[in-house]
Amino acid sequence: MGQTVTEKIIARAAGLEAVRAGEIVEARVDLALANDVTAPLAIAEFEDAGFDKVSDPARIVLVPDHFTPNKDIKTAGQVKKVREFARKHGIAHFFETGRAGIEHVILPDMGLVAPGDLVIGADSHTCTYGAVAAFSTGVGSTDFAAAMAWGRVWLRVPQTIKFVYHGRPGRHVVGKDLMLHTIGMVGVDGALYKAMEFAGEAIEDLPIDGRFTMCNMAIEAGGKSGIVGFDEKTTQYLQSRPVGSRARTAGQVFASDPEAEYAQVVEIDAGAIRPTVAKPHLPSNTVPAEDLADVRIDQVIVGSCTNGRLADLQQAAEVLKGRAVHPDVRLIILPGSQEVFLAASRDGTMQALVEAGAAFSTPTCGACLGGHMGVLAAGERAVATTNRNFVGRMGDPESEVYLANPYVAAASAIAGHIATPDMVTTAKGGA
Amino acid sequence: MAFEGTVHKYGRDVDTDVIIPARYLNTNDPAELARHCMEDIDPGFVTRVRPGDIIVAGENFGCGSSREHAPVAIRAAGVSCVVAASFARIFYRNAFNTGLPIVVCPHAAREIEAGDRVRVDVVEGRIEDLTTGKTYAAEAYPPFMRELVASGGLLPYVKKRLAEDEA
Repeated sequence: MGQTVTEKIIARAAGLEAVRAGEIVEARVDLALANDVTAPLAIAEFEDAGFDKVSDPARIVLVPDHFTPNKDIKTAGQVKKVREFARKHGIAHFFETGRAGIEHVILPDMGLVAPGDLVIGADSHTCTYGAVAAFSTGVGSTDFAAAMAWGRVWLRVPQTIKFVYHGRPGRHVVGKDLMLHTIGMVGVDGALYKAMEFAGEAIEDLPIDGRFTMCNMAIEAGGKSGIVGFDEKTTQYLQSRPVGSRARTAGQVFASDPEAEYAQVVEIDAGAIRPTVAKPHLPSNTVPAEDLADVRIDQVIVGSCTNGRLADLQQAAEVLKGRAVHPDVRLIILPGSQEVFLAASRDGTMQALVEAGAAFSTPTCGACLGGHMGVLAAGERAVATTNRNFVGRMGDPESEVYLANPYVAAASAIAGHIATPDMVTTAKGGA
Repeated sequence: MAFEGTVHKYGRDVDTDVIIPARYLNTNDPAELARHCMEDIDPGFVTRVRPGDIIVAGENFGCGSSREHAPVAIRAAGVSCVVAASFARIFYRNAFNTGLPIVVCPHAAREIEAGDRVRVDVVEGRIEDLTTGKTYAAEAYPPFMRELVASGGLLPYVKKRLAEDEA
């Protein structure tokens, strides 16, 4: 009886020979993550329950990234609680402002995640690390508190839906478009409780950045996790991580058996997917970007845990270089980490964006969840490379968010309305 | 474990950003979170809700972020339990882990109306609409979830497990 890669990783972590979808297991956690929103609640629960020590400080990661640099006094107090907890319990993986960034960008980039790992995070986008063939899933603060005390998590073994992408995506079609298209097909609960396994030649061709974007948004289809098979691109990425890191020294590679049982197999023609936008107020509300040219916009966000890697910023810069942001639009760049920030400053990406009229932020989740660094007023409309466009997500409940890839976001910033790169670069005097 | 209350009814895909908007997440004080519960989808909710009231909603309740502030806010607002056609998975975990009683029942979620008086036995999975006289059978909790509920939530359960390991 064959197993999926997800079943194999969970079985390994649970110390079992095999597991079956639907069964509830208690699995050892290789890495547990929380941020400045979810950790304070977890710390309060941990302490109220009377726990006085963590099971293994090396397997805990704390990243204040949502409202940092501290946006107000309350936030400063919450982050202080997290910092003091990290010091008290000897948690070395506490990432302070200036040496950090967005959790889902820095954990893999710093080499903290290895293939075959079981990672939980008190943040819904923890599903991102499936891109390095780990099982990772979002949980709540209490799950995180329990993992700190116990080193384990309870999990219902998910069924898997396999998504097979055939063909070659066209120009300006990246991982974001494949995923928005997929969420548009299956809906925001189309993969509820299930693992999403991404395969096919378009995934084999997809750079690691695009794979991170796709796994990151598995939650937007209701998925428990997203995962891509281990291949040469995974190896290349892992070997480029810091010397001595877990990514380079640990891990175990698993693959789905040919006879593994899937809840469903969805075949997708990647060649037919165009640059895609999700309209308000659900990520499944997708249409081709070119159909929305009459939608005027006030703000553009490029960045976040979904599209805040160097390749994403480079895509935006490729469109914006030598052009100017439309006078009615504010363009804000949220790089994913200090590493991304530095790389963008060295290779000319930052210069191209700033010269075009972009505000270049320090790494933070900030505007993505309407926290700070780019909150929207009533009636305002944004194009964002982020992951959610729910009512009030980026600010006032009367504001609107359109989700897109970095190429479309950059082109829209130039046009003042939703646009594809072809619409702004072929226009006469488009510069 | 049974509850009786008046129903507040919502549609499908009620996300955590409308249950408790991120702009209020710079605190984890339940009373403060409760003051903004459902604010972006139903601004009158916090003034209408009475202790023991019940939320009935469509598919995928609690989708979006992992913020446990969502079930905390609902509970602190006085809601005794939530009945939905389905729950988003992190919300489902958070509800069990923190002790917010929830019940999955698509049939009841479809038929029960706002303002109805409803009685819900969450562990046995029995829902009774006292206004219409109809009863519904919901999914009963799997054995592991019954144990979580009986322990009083995840952390008391973990304490018990750790004590067993030491014994």
